[in-house]
Amino acid sequence: MTRLTLRGGRVVDPSQELDQVTDLHIADGRVLALGPAPDGFQADQVLDCAGLVVCPGLVDLRARLREPGQLHKADIASEVRAAVAGGVTTLVVPPDSDPVVDTSAVVELVTSRARAQGKARVHLIGALTKGLAGEEISEMEALREAGCIGVGNALAPVRNHLVLRRALEYAAGLDLTVFLHPEDPWLAEAGVAHEGAVSLRLGLAGVPVMAETIALARDLALVEQSGARAHFCGLSSHRGVRLLARARFDGLPVTADVTAHHLHLTEMELLGFNVQAHVRPPLRTQRDRDGLRQALVAGEIDAVCSDHQPHDLDAKLGPFAETEPGISALETLLPLTLRLVEEGVLDLSAAIAALSLRPARILGLPVGSLAPGRPADVCCFDPEARWTLHPEALVSRGKNTPFAGWEFQGRVRYTLVDGRLVHRDTTETPT
Amino acid sequence: MTRPFCPVEPLVDALEAGLAHRLARLSVRDPLMVGIYTGGAWIAERLHRRLGLETPLGTLDISFYRDDFTRIGMNPQVRPSRLPESVEGRHVVLVDDVLYTGRTVRAAMNELFDYGRPAAITLAVLVDRGGRELPVQADVAALTVALPASHQVKLEGPDPLRLSLVEAGA
Amino acid sequence: MGYRDTLQLTPDRRLRHFLTIEGLPRATLVEILDTAESFFQVGTREVKKVPLLRGKTIVNLFFETSTRTRTTFELAAKRLSADVVNLNISTSATAKGESLLDTLRNLEAMHADLFVVRHQHSGAAHYIARQVAPHVSVINAGDGSHAHPTQAMLDMFTIRRHFGEFAPLTVTIVGDVLHSRVARSQIHALTTLGVNEVRVVGPRTLVPREVSALGAHPCDSLEAGLEGADVIIMLRLQRERMQGAFIPSEREYFRRYGLTEEKLALAKPEALVMHPGPINRGVEIASEVADGPRSVILEQVSNGIAVRMAVMALTVGSHAQEAAS
Repeated sequence: MTRLTLRGGRVVDPSQELDQVTDLHIADGRVLALGPAPDGFQADQVLDCAGLVVCPGLVDLRARLREPGQLHKADIASEVRAAVAGGVTTLVVPPDSDPVVDTSAVVELVTSRARAQGKARVHLIGALTKGLAGEEISEMEALREAGCIGVGNALAPVRNHLVLRRALEYAAGLDLTVFLHPEDPWLAEAGVAHEGAVSLRLGLAGVPVMAETIALARDLALVEQSGARAHFCGLSSHRGVRLLARARFDGLPVTADVTAHHLHLTEMELLGFNVQAHVRPPLRTQRDRDGLRQALVAGEIDAVCSDHQPHDLDAKLGPFAETEPGISALETLLPLTLRLVEEGVLDLSAAIAALSLRPARILGLPVGSLAPGRPADVCCFDPEARWTLHPEALVSRGKNTPFAGWEFQGRVRYTLVDGRLVHRDTTETPT
Repeated sequence: MTRPFCPVEPLVDALEAGLAHRLARLSVRDPLMVGIYTGGAWIAERLHRRLGLETPLGTLDISFYRDDFTRIGMNPQVRPSRLPESVEGRHVVLVDDVLYTGRTVRAAMNELFDYGRPAAITLAVLVDRGGRELPVQADVAALTVALPASHQVKLEGPDPLRLSLVEAGA
Repeated sequence: MGYRDTLQLTPDRRLRHFLTIEGLPRATLVEILDTAESFFQVGTREVKKVPLLRGKTIVNLFFETSTRTRTTFELAAKRLSADVVNLNISTSATAKGESLLDTLRNLEAMHADLFVVRHQHSGAAHYIARQVAPHVSVINAGDGSHAHPTQAMLDMFTIRRHFGEFAPLTVTIVGDVLHSRVARSQIHALTTLGVNEVRVVGPRTLVPREVSALGAHPCDSLEAGLEGADVIIMLRLQRERMQGAFIPSEREYFRRYGLTEEKLALAKPEALVMHPGPINRGVEIASEVADGPRSVILEQVSNGIAVRMAVMALTVGSHAQEAAS
């Protein structure tokens, strides 16, 4: 196995509370040491990281690969390449592929395909209920044995509280984390935008904040009763976040993530019927956005994720309600989070922790850290590099993004997984 | 460059006289006078009063009948045409301020015929400046003068009325 | 909301597309009304046609069927001497956005100059306006719950013909504002033209409180809304509203919000009663009011042709190479 030295980078590793310009030595796919090379260590390859930030590879809690089932949108090969181009070395896929991840066969298909690519690590969330129909619980033990790191029902609601109760109890018994998307199906109904001033103006059916808070309240009560460990995906509202924070304070074993786009965009983005801003849960108000930011800073929200949803062109062609929600987001996860650092919302170490250490802890995986002995999953980025987002230049097959034309600061130069260089940035940066 | 052209009052006098003479010769007793917006309407208003015509004055906005819509688009100040009485079988006196290419008169006549079938039309203009592109003639003109294409005659108003000569590029 | 409309207006402020009242300056709305006045006069002649749009092709692209609205647009186009093509496209035929684009391209290849679009989804007209070639215009004949700008303009035209000016007026809109594209456009038009007050009346399930962000005052009772009103606009209540738990029954709706002679007496004596049609007699409005002396419902229909002629002429004319003097 290659021995590699990353020389002279600013190593930021929240797991060791480290922020220092130093060298990183890798051997046998693991971090060997930081600082001076250990005795007898001879690097086969040296990567010059002067001027770069060297941090743990990003751990993205939600990214869709569209394979199996929606190959016209994207596939495993293209999306794991897009992941490492964005500095993401581990990603988690929700169970709503076609077929659904409710058998070990599907798990095997995806993970073996991903392994063969040799780019980002791919983990799956197994289905909580069979077919995600919300009626019968799935064979969670088989899914766990096949390698699923948790179970969930993706965006499909579990309408019957009793079923959700049983599912949570069963999962708790297997020590499986349950991934929940809090959205009440009746209040959300046919909504495509945040129910408020903008949806009224545009004549779009709205999803009120209540849809999130009522579902959260129900889910939290059931989580408490069942003893299950639950992770809440994609909180979108200030009120929702407050409910969750209260539950944490009361000692419930709950965690939460927020998407990078919800930390920046609001319902205003929809004006003029901007279909690129059609997402689920919807972009809400300034107050909600600020509430999400505050919660992230306070640690009440643990992680930032991409909620990557690559789409074919057709999916975004048409009147707003006829378009499919979702953003091709893997490659903007890091830049959008760094923008929060730029804006002074949080410091670099906290931002990197929200993208690596904390999601890794939620998953119970040994990644997200550059401590000696850990897998050498590393992201090296140039914090000064300015670049403009052009959708056609995205590595992902999905070009659907509302950030077209945005100028970002911070560009991934190298990505390593298991100590192997899986991405090298080939673009020129204008000086 | 714009400069005054010619005093208007004497021309209106001449137009009134010429028109009265023609109407008498043709034995037209109760003509329907129609002025073309905007300059023609101003002149017509004075003529109508001076001649003491019984039938109320009509006005025509030819915006919807112009032949240059594709080139120029909609006139932002289009006003409704108003014909207080039917043109059917009437002798119409069409009044305009300046007769040049003849296209305005062509449009006005097309519009008049969409209102009905006049018995006859007399065209009375303040200034006939030549440069016809269509076979149109003034029956009464207060002033006939040949001007090069670079010159433009404009009537300003409504009160006082003033004729100006505009030279392009000078 | 500080959103500048660069889609509907050309850089020199001509009306290229007519998609929504929102974002249009007052001057543009007045221009439409003034132009409509001229076309109204044309409608009183024997020959109701003018040759203005001769040689132009206007396509009625209706994804949502509506004989009434389509007929008015067709009449308006013909009175401008344009050629008219009517396309009724059921949603099953145009399953996804791509075949809609194909349809548009085909029509453009046949030299269509103007599309009049009606669609069940909000934003459809905007979508089409963004896809068409530079020399083509789009008029929104109703998109989902979003906008129905020509209807609002013919309502404004009707109001102006009766009152002359907008500033002193109190206008009350009654009914299902939540689902009404007509109401949204009317509110934008009334506030842009500067009426004294816009009131909105209806059950809370059908009148969201956010309507005040649009510049209208929500009222819970019809009586409060009608008090001293100069114009009353009744909206149609759709049968489907019992499903979805918006209202319990048409009977109760009529009792609380139906316009009867008795309730009408609360408004000013010269108040106008308007309705975009088609009317549900005995549901939102009593027959004697709909057919009574204050009602201008039929007038609205004939005004609709003049207003649509004006909008067609202005949008098609916006592509002219030079500015009109």
